[in-house]
Amino acid sequence: MNMVKVMAVALAIGWLAGCSSTGGSKDGDVAVEDRGTAAGEGAVTTTGVGAYGDLSLESLNDPNSPLSQRVIYFAFDSSEVAEQDRELVAAHAAVLAANPQVTVTIEGHGDERGSREYNVGLGDRRAQAVRRMLEFQGVSPAQISTVSYGEEKPAVEGHDESAWSLNRRVELVYGGY
Amino acid sequence: MLKDYYILMKKIWLAVFALCLSLPGMLHAALTIEITQGMEGAVPVAVVPFDSGANRYAPPEDVAAIIAADLARSGRFAPAAEQDLIARPSDISQVRFPDWRTLGVESLVIGKVETVGADQYRIQFRLFDVFRARQIAGYSLPASRDRLRHVAHTISDIIYEKLTGQPGAFATRIAYVISDTVNGAKQHQLQLADSDGYNPKTLLTSQQPLMSPSWSPDGRKLAYVSFEGRRASVFVQEIATGKREQIASFDGINGAPSWSPDGRAMAVTLSRDGNPEIYRLNLADKKLQRLTSSPAIDTEPVWSPDGRHIVFTSDRGGSPQLYRMSSQGGQAKRLTFEGSYNASADYAPDGRSLALVHGEGGRYRIATLDLEGGLLRIVSDGRLDESPSFAPNGSMIIYATESGRRGVLAAVSSDGRFRQQFSLSKGDVREPVWAPGEK
Repeated sequence: MNMVKVMAVALAIGWLAGCSSTGGSKDGDVAVEDRGTAAGEGAVTTTGVGAYGDLSLESLNDPNSPLSQRVIYFAFDSSEVAEQDRELVAAHAAVLAANPQVTVTIEGHGDERGSREYNVGLGDRRAQAVRRMLEFQGVSPAQISTVSYGEEKPAVEGHDESAWSLNRRVELVYGGY
Repeated sequence: MLKDYYILMKKIWLAVFALCLSLPGMLHAALTIEITQGMEGAVPVAVVPFDSGANRYAPPEDVAAIIAADLARSGRFAPAAEQDLIARPSDISQVRFPDWRTLGVESLVIGKVETVGADQYRIQFRLFDVFRARQIAGYSLPASRDRLRHVAHTISDIIYEKLTGQPGAFATRIAYVISDTVNGAKQHQLQLADSDGYNPKTLLTSQQPLMSPSWSPDGRKLAYVSFEGRRASVFVQEIATGKREQIASFDGINGAPSWSPDGRAMAVTLSRDGNPEIYRLNLADKKLQRLTSSPAIDTEPVWSPDGRHIVFTSDRGGSPQLYRMSSQGGQAKRLTFEGSYNASADYAPDGRSLALVHGEGGRYRIATLDLEGGLLRIVSDGRLDESPSFAPNGSMIIYATESGRRGVLAAVSSDGRFRQQFSLSKGDVREPVWAPGEK
């Protein structure tokens, strides 16, 4: 259980550091990347697999766990998962890979500009990008479903970039968590 | 006063009504229409209030007022204000053409509403060419009480066709989506109403989003996308009975339904193969045929009126643009080159032009594209205009825009010269689709 806590803290720090380094230095980015990779590989390939699995089911409901972070934001007209969010997606992938009975719906969303069905297309592209990352990291396709709401379910009502940037997103919705 | 008809942003309330047929907890407000940009050169006409005599069962509708409002909404005609009418003839023997020439009107409409039984009426009307002192049309039409408005719109269609040579589109309906917050929760509704915003009827209410309504060519069914159960599905619903069928519910996108002109197939967007692609769904046996194959987003298919082509939106060239392919799939030809964003096409009923959303410099407006000459013409002036849909006679395009931070509908003449706005007293209204032909 100690190992689990260490992992959780490491992940949380890694994730927080990633988040706060949006405009940050090159050094910071490298450091975050390194730590994430090390933790991820350890978890997937060695003793960490079980540890991650145990961790996930408890920490899916733990507001202090990085896994409580289930929204990933995107740039305008982009479906690229930003550098600082890849570790977060990796953490979710590890949880899902270790718990094949757990299912997740990847919900894609866009901002209000442009046509509605094209925005559904953009939301789908975002959801598929996250789906591919999860599958690449060992999550079974059977655990994943996707839905794109386009601009139909904004997180924030508003007609400017501050609202739009919060609406271009993917939400991970766990079945039962 | 008639020559002064050019009224930019002047508010003429044609129908300030809230038909509160309020079923509990349901939105049921009528759309109110306001003409926001008048048209220079609208033809002055006079529609005299119809004589309903000493009716035992007085008609519940002012038929002449409905006709005058229709003619004004077309942008082609400027009906004289009721207080300016110099006489109130209801019979041909009472018409003195020199008086109407003095008033400057080119056409005159008179009529009667006779009661022929309980809630049964007969509407007689005559249309005159004032300068030639000649009758152009004269009809007698039966109407039950609940069909009076519809028959009035049919009369407007006859008058419009006699005077312009083109069929009218007044006796038609529009479908649209409404979204509002009711008791703290989001509520979405699929509604339809007469083309003047009256008689709104709710076809579906959901806590989850509804989108992309599409009419069957016979005007009896609507296809739409519903997110009920937190997934996307395409449904087909019969308007008269409310009976519906789920026709697509794969993983990912089930969207952008568009009926083939023969009513047998539907084009839909699915991402079941990992990417948004356009499929042809045979309605009889539900067989799917994939029509596009590119790593891009391919969506928003619409059929040409002859059924031979499908126009769609794709970002295969880097930005969303319109393309045309055979309705059997195959190679696609790019149609739009101006601007960074062209999407959401609708075919004009004659198949010769498209209405579309044109984005440039962060502004999204409605434009028409002449398919022969390739000329793109911007016809709206909003910031986030979307979802254009042609009237069945091609004279107007209805679309969604915003006003006062709310979603409203607007209609513009196909040449962009005349505009009007439809708004709700509350909530957002969007995704208007004009029904085909007669209802």
